[in-house]
Amino acid sequence: MPLYSDTVMDHFQHPRNVGKMEDADGIGEVGNAVCGDIMRMYIKVRDGIITDVSFITFGCGSAIASSSMATEMIKGKPIEEALELSNKAVAQALDGLPAHKLHCSVLAEEAVRAAVKDYYDKNHIAYDPAIFGCDMACAHEHDHTPTEE
Amino acid sequence: MYVYADNAATTAVSPKALEAMLPYFTEVYGNASSLHSPGQRAAEGLQWARETVAKAINADFKEIYFTGCGSESDNQAILSGAAIGTRQGKKHIVSTAFEHHAVLHTLEKLKKQGYEITLLDVHENGVVTADDVAAAIRPDTALVTVMMVNNEIGTVQPIADIARVCHERGVLFHTDAVQAVGHIPVDVKALDVDMLSLAAHKFHGPKGVGALYARKGVPLVNVIEGGQQERGKRGGTENIAGIVGLAAALEEATADLSKDMAYVTALREKLIDGLSKIPHSRLNGDRDKRVPGTVNFCFEGIEGESLLLLLDARGIAASSGSACTSGSLDPSHVLLALGLPHEVAHGSLRLSIDRMNTEAEIDHIIESVPQVVDYLRGMSPVWDELERGLTPHLI
Repeated sequence: MPLYSDTVMDHFQHPRNVGKMEDADGIGEVGNAVCGDIMRMYIKVRDGIITDVSFITFGCGSAIASSSMATEMIKGKPIEEALELSNKAVAQALDGLPAHKLHCSVLAEEAVRAAVKDYYDKNHIAYDPAIFGCDMACAHEHDHTPTEE
Repeated sequence: MYVYADNAATTAVSPKALEAMLPYFTEVYGNASSLHSPGQRAAEGLQWARETVAKAINADFKEIYFTGCGSESDNQAILSGAAIGTRQGKKHIVSTAFEHHAVLHTLEKLKKQGYEITLLDVHENGVVTADDVAAAIRPDTALVTVMMVNNEIGTVQPIADIARVCHERGVLFHTDAVQAVGHIPVDVKALDVDMLSLAAHKFHGPKGVGALYARKGVPLVNVIEGGQQERGKRGGTENIAGIVGLAAALEEATADLSKDMAYVTALREKLIDGLSKIPHSRLNGDRDKRVPGTVNFCFEGIEGESLLLLLDARGIAASSGSACTSGSLDPSHVLLALGLPHEVAHGSLRLSIDRMNTEAEIDHIIESVPQVVDYLRGMSPVWDELERGLTPHLI
């Protein structure tokens, strides 16, 4: 059995929305080079809608594929909906990830949230800090995967 | 074109080795321990193999023990060395930080049983010196075990010098020569080693068969208890086809060794020159004290697994020491032992070629790797920060 699903390989070999964004409204970066993966996500927001999104990622095949899939899943969506994107949904959309690669989908979820938080902070938009309860650097500290729905 | 450049992982069985093996699956199916003629024909094949292997490494055939793999040979050698030490009240073993896990994990097991283990630093160039070994040997040192060629970076260790300092101090010496045999000259008398491990599948023999050389008078302890096979030191009906394949492959690999070494070394030098042109790259391990076919580079700002997958898509099989390919959170212990930071070690690429590779294949690698590295750097936030001067280049 191959390591990755066809969908993972497709998003890895042909990543969607890849590249830096010069005029982003929010930028989120999560992960750690020492651990071997870093994701940076850029979003553009108009009237509460994520009108454009892009990413750059340092990491393995599943990290790049998870980033790519996450950008597709939030593009054109209201911010509130993007904040509900779960790592599980990213992993499912990729037709599954190997167990030891699930943290890549967690990073993708966190990168989206980090970008939204940056957008809120830059634009002085008030929000309930509880929605960013996670400190965005926790992918390797604790595992979000087993119970989240 | 598909280029197989992962010969340090395993090799294809050569046609000659396969041809030698085939009869032992069908017409010569006897058990070598049986007295009847089918059994005796198998025993003849076994004896031919033992003599052929002995000749290839300048040993006596009674000093060759066939095993199930290189790892088993390493286990048996180290456990034997430890047992000899215990009888003499010695419970200290010297090795290096970048041994194969077959050695390191056996040493960890012994540590739990009360042995003290000293793992020598391998320096930035990946070469241990005999002086390092001499300085680590104590009155209670039972065994020194140092690999002949490192499996990830390909550096060759000064085995004869290390054996000398061990023997001057009355210490037993084992070398894991799994990456050396069939690729560089290995003469157990000239090296003066007490035990040496080798594995067939690293030199175009089959998987699942190895051998342990143990100098006459070195008492082995069994890893597998059983019958009287292998002079009572390794139970289990012999894998005659595999053993014959090992011997045939070794005979073939050593037939034209100096010619093959010159050919592979020239290809390797071309490969190193080509890949060194990639900015912020680093050749890991001493450039000259190196087995002909193994090259290991780090490329800053990228991660090894994605590099491997893209190279595979372009028709190149290689390997990496990144965390994602090691199956743990840490990158390769070998690269960390050289003193490389984690973030650099994640971006490693091992290419291992041998006499079966061609110059056109090397050209394909030299053309493809820079393109893939460039592409991955273009989407790497780590590279972005390096290029904007936000973090300093490490290599």
